[in-house]
Amino acid sequence: MISVKPSALKESKPHEYLIRFVFGGLCTAAAGLIAKRFGPAVGGLFLAFPAIFPASASLIESHEMRRKKEAGMDGTRRGRDGAAVDAAGASLGAIGLAGFAAVVWLMLNGSSAVLIIATATAVWCVVSLTLWWARRTLVHVLGRQHRTHTRSANILPKRP
Amino acid sequence: MAETLLRFAIGGAVVTLFATLGDVFRPKSFAGLFGAAPSIALATLGLTVVHNGKAYAAIEARSMILGAAAFCVYAALVCWVGMRWKVGALKTTLTLMPVWFAVSFGGWMLLRATL
Repeated sequence: MISVKPSALKESKPHEYLIRFVFGGLCTAAAGLIAKRFGPAVGGLFLAFPAIFPASASLIESHEMRRKKEAGMDGTRRGRDGAAVDAAGASLGAIGLAGFAAVVWLMLNGSSAVLIIATATAVWCVVSLTLWWARRTLVHVLGRQHRTHTRSANILPKRP
Repeated sequence: MAETLLRFAIGGAVVTLFATLGDVFRPKSFAGLFGAAPSIALATLGLTVVHNGKAYAAIEARSMILGAAAFCVYAALVCWVGMRWKVGALKTTLTLMPVWFAVSFGGWMLLRATL
């Protein structure tokens, strides 16, 4: 299930935090400048720009590889798989992000901005978590079915 | 200029915060959710409401739905390519970045033509 591993913070080096800060800051500033130049309809697209996704995916890959190499194994495959799994999670989080945007779009004009942004963040959390849980359950059920089919296929006598 | 610098500072801090949350959570598929956290939106929407008003921010949020749909397609493709062809993460994410632009701007143009 879900767990927290604070020791993972030690794996990231100071320059990796700096890269995230600079990329995140640049993307946020750019979103504002694009909205000013081309209007809010175009600028709004960049509020869901995958700002630090490439940097994060490559950091996950390098951390997984480093961990495997320290254990004396080639971690290339493990690193790439780790980055791919992270991307699967991000695709579910992006659906939650659309929920966040829909709440702000539909409700902002009538209520307090702080309240609506807080509600939208809660919607992002709930939608993302629900989708993640549903995907995980589906993967487990399909995995179990696949194992059962494989086992019964091995038990049945082979036709001549 | 001051507003842009403020956006840079707040944006950098919020994005780093969500990325750090993604670092400490396990399993990795769950931590990946934080890769699509509303970090830029949280950093910028408050300032937009103060400087440009709620109606302006609501238009931005409407377009953000298309950006989020594009992010979903882009991340799913990154996952598929990573699992299938075992290409490096940085190479895959950067090569597929035009997909985000194509889906988000394509959707926006379609919406503009429809409305």
